[in-house]
Amino acid sequence: MLKISNLHASIEDKEILRGINLEVKPGEVHAIMGPNGSGKSTLASVLAGREDYEITEGSVDFMNKDLLDLAPEERAAEGIFLAFQYPVEIPGVNTINFLKTAINQIKKYRGEEPMNAASFLKLMKEKAKLVKIDDQLLRRSLNEGFSGGEKKRNEIFQMAMLEPVLGLLDETDSGLDIDALRIVADGVNQLKNKDRSFVVITHYQRLLDYIVPDYVHVLYKGRIVKSGTKDLALELEEKGYDWITESIDANETVA
Amino acid sequence: MSENNLQSQLTEVYNDLQSSLNGSASEAYNQRRIAAIDSFNKLGFPTTKHEEWKYSNVKNLVKGAYNLSAKKSLQSEGLKSLEIPGLEGIILYFVNGYFQEELSDLSLAEGKISIQTFQEAQSNNPEILNKHFSKYSKDSEEAFTALNTAVANDGVVVNVEANATIEHPIILRMITDVTQENVASNIRNLVVVGENAEVKIAEIFRTLGEHSSFVNTVTEIVVAKSARADYYKIQDDNNSSYHVGTTNVYQEDKSYFYAATITLNGGFTRNNLNLDLNGEYLESFMYGLYIPNEKQHVDNHTVADHRKPNSVSNELYKGVLMDKSTGVFNGKIFVRQEAQQTNAYQNCRNVITSDSATMNTKPQLEIWADDVKCSHGATTGMLNDEAIFYMQSRGIPKEEAIKMQLLAFADDVVSQIKIETIREYLTEIIHEKLG
Repeated sequence: MLKISNLHASIEDKEILRGINLEVKPGEVHAIMGPNGSGKSTLASVLAGREDYEITEGSVDFMNKDLLDLAPEERAAEGIFLAFQYPVEIPGVNTINFLKTAINQIKKYRGEEPMNAASFLKLMKEKAKLVKIDDQLLRRSLNEGFSGGEKKRNEIFQMAMLEPVLGLLDETDSGLDIDALRIVADGVNQLKNKDRSFVVITHYQRLLDYIVPDYVHVLYKGRIVKSGTKDLALELEEKGYDWITESIDANETVA
Repeated sequence: MSENNLQSQLTEVYNDLQSSLNGSASEAYNQRRIAAIDSFNKLGFPTTKHEEWKYSNVKNLVKGAYNLSAKKSLQSEGLKSLEIPGLEGIILYFVNGYFQEELSDLSLAEGKISIQTFQEAQSNNPEILNKHFSKYSKDSEEAFTALNTAVANDGVVVNVEANATIEHPIILRMITDVTQENVASNIRNLVVVGENAEVKIAEIFRTLGEHSSFVNTVTEIVVAKSARADYYKIQDDNNSSYHVGTTNVYQEDKSYFYAATITLNGGFTRNNLNLDLNGEYLESFMYGLYIPNEKQHVDNHTVADHRKPNSVSNELYKGVLMDKSTGVFNGKIFVRQEAQQTNAYQNCRNVITSDSATMNTKPQLEIWADDVKCSHGATTGMLNDEAIFYMQSRGIPKEEAIKMQLLAFADDVVSQIKIETIREYLTEIIHEKLG
C-alpha cells in the first residue's frame, strides 16, 4: 500500500530525512519511534504533503500512485489522513461544516455524488459515539479553545469520518492523560481492519500498550536504524535509545 | 486657497442655491449653510499633509470635472438588478442626489413618523432643520462636511415621534448614474428619533456605469432618551467612484445605537462615523467590514466620544484586503473626565491576501476619567499557512480552504447584521468576491 524508498527531505537546506525505506501493507500497524529531532514528525509531514519541505531524493508509492506528485488535498482524497501533533485552530469554522466540506470535496475528487445532509448526520452521530466526543464540541469553531485532549479526540473523530486507507498519527499521545489516551486508542483500534493501515509516531512506548503495533522502527538522524516487533518498543522503554544511537554516532565519527 | 475646477464649480452651485432662496434665506439653518461655505473655502480640500487624510489622497478627485446637477430620472426596470432581493421597507430612491418620487414607495411608513425630502423640509418644516441641521457636524474643521452643509441639494429628513416603533426599515437607495459622464452629488440626511422611539435605517450606495462619481454625504442621527436606532451603510460602487460619507450621531441617556458599515466595492471610500455619546447608561455598537480588491481604497474613521458616566461602546471592524488595495482604520475613543464607569472597546482585525495590499491602522484612546474599562486592538496579518495546510490535509483544496477562512473571518461582522434579507444578500456578494 505504502512504499517509501530512499526518501531524502530538507528544510532550508538542512537535510532532515536521509534515506528512509519503509513498506506498509494493508491492515498493518507500524510504530515509528526515536529520540527528539530524529525526523519522525518530518516524515509524517512529508507524507501528508506539507510544502515547507523539499524532497531531494527518493520516492513514495501509495496505492500505485506517485504520492509526492499529489497536492495535500489529493493525498487526503486518495486515502491518507494525518492526525496532527498540534491540531490547528480554525476560528469561525465549526467541525461539522468543516467535515461536510471535506467529505464532499473528497467525493468530488473521486467522482462521487455529494453526501446528503441526513446521511452525513447519521454518520456523524455514529462516529462521535466511537470516540466519545460531545456533540456540542462539534458545533464550536474547530479546535478553538479546545483542551489538549479534546483536540486529539477531534483528530480521531475526523479520521473516523474520513475513513482513510492509511492513518498517520503524529505524537497523538503527547499531552494526553491516561483516560484521554485510552479513548483515543480505543477509537483507533475500532477503525483498524484488514485494509486500513496505521503509522503511529510516538516518542514513548506508553501509547503502544493500547495500540499494538505489528512492527516497530527506530528513526534516528533521518534514517530507520532499527526495526523489530512490538518487543523492540518494550526494550526501548527499558533501555532508552542510547544503546542504538551510540553505535551510529560512533560510526559517523569514524566516517 | 487654491483655484481648481471642482472647487470653483461647487462655489457656483452654492451661489445658485442661495440666490434661489426666498423667505428661507434668514432661517437659522440657512445661516449655518452660509457659515459653512466660508469654512469650506477656508479649509479647502484636504491634502495628505492633513493628519486625518494622511493615507487617503483626494488629489485626483479635486482635479476631476463632474456634472454637479445631473438631474436624471431612471426607469425602474434598469434598477431591479441593484436591489436587495426580498428586502421590504420604506423605500426612497435618489438618483445623482435627486429624489425620485416615482421609484420610491412610502406605503409601509405607518405610525408616528414623518418622512420628507430635505427640499420639502426646507419649505414646510424649517423648525426641525433649525433645531438639528448641522448641530452635530464639525463644519469649521471638516472640509467635506462643511461643503455638504453649504451645497447639499437633497436627502431625507425623518422624524420619529416619541414612543413610536417603526417596524419597517427606511431604505435609502442612493444611485449614481455615471453611464454617460462624471457625476457629483451632495446628499444630506437628518434622522431624529424621539424619546423611547425605535427606527431602522439603511443607506445603500450603488453606481450605474463606468464614469467617475463623487458622492459626498452627511447623515445626522439624533437618538433621544431611551430611543433605539439601527443604521446600515452598504457601499457597492464602481472602481472610479469617490465616496466621502460622514455620519454624525448624537445619543442621549439610555439610548441605543447600532451601526454596520459594509464596503463591498468602490474606487475610493472614506467613511467617518462620529458618535457623540452625551448620556448615561447608553449603548453604542459599531461594526464594519471592508473587502477591497484591485486598487480600491477604503478608509474608516470612527470616533466614540464618551461625555457622561456609565455608558458602553463596542466596536468591531474587519477587513480583507486583496490585490493592490489599500485600507485605513482610524478609531478614536475619548472618555471625558465626567464619564466615569465607561466601558469602551475597540477592535480592528485585518487579513491581507496579497503582498501588494496595504493596511494602515491607528487606534487612539484619550482617557481623562480614572475609573473606566477601555481596550483596543488592531491587527493586520496574512492567513495562517498551517491552518490552510490543515484543511488541505482533510481533502479541501487550497483555494477553497482560503475562501472558507476568509468567509469565517468576515462572518464575525456579517452575523451581526440584524435584517435577514440584507445579511443573506451580503453573504452572497462576499462569497462571490472572496471566491
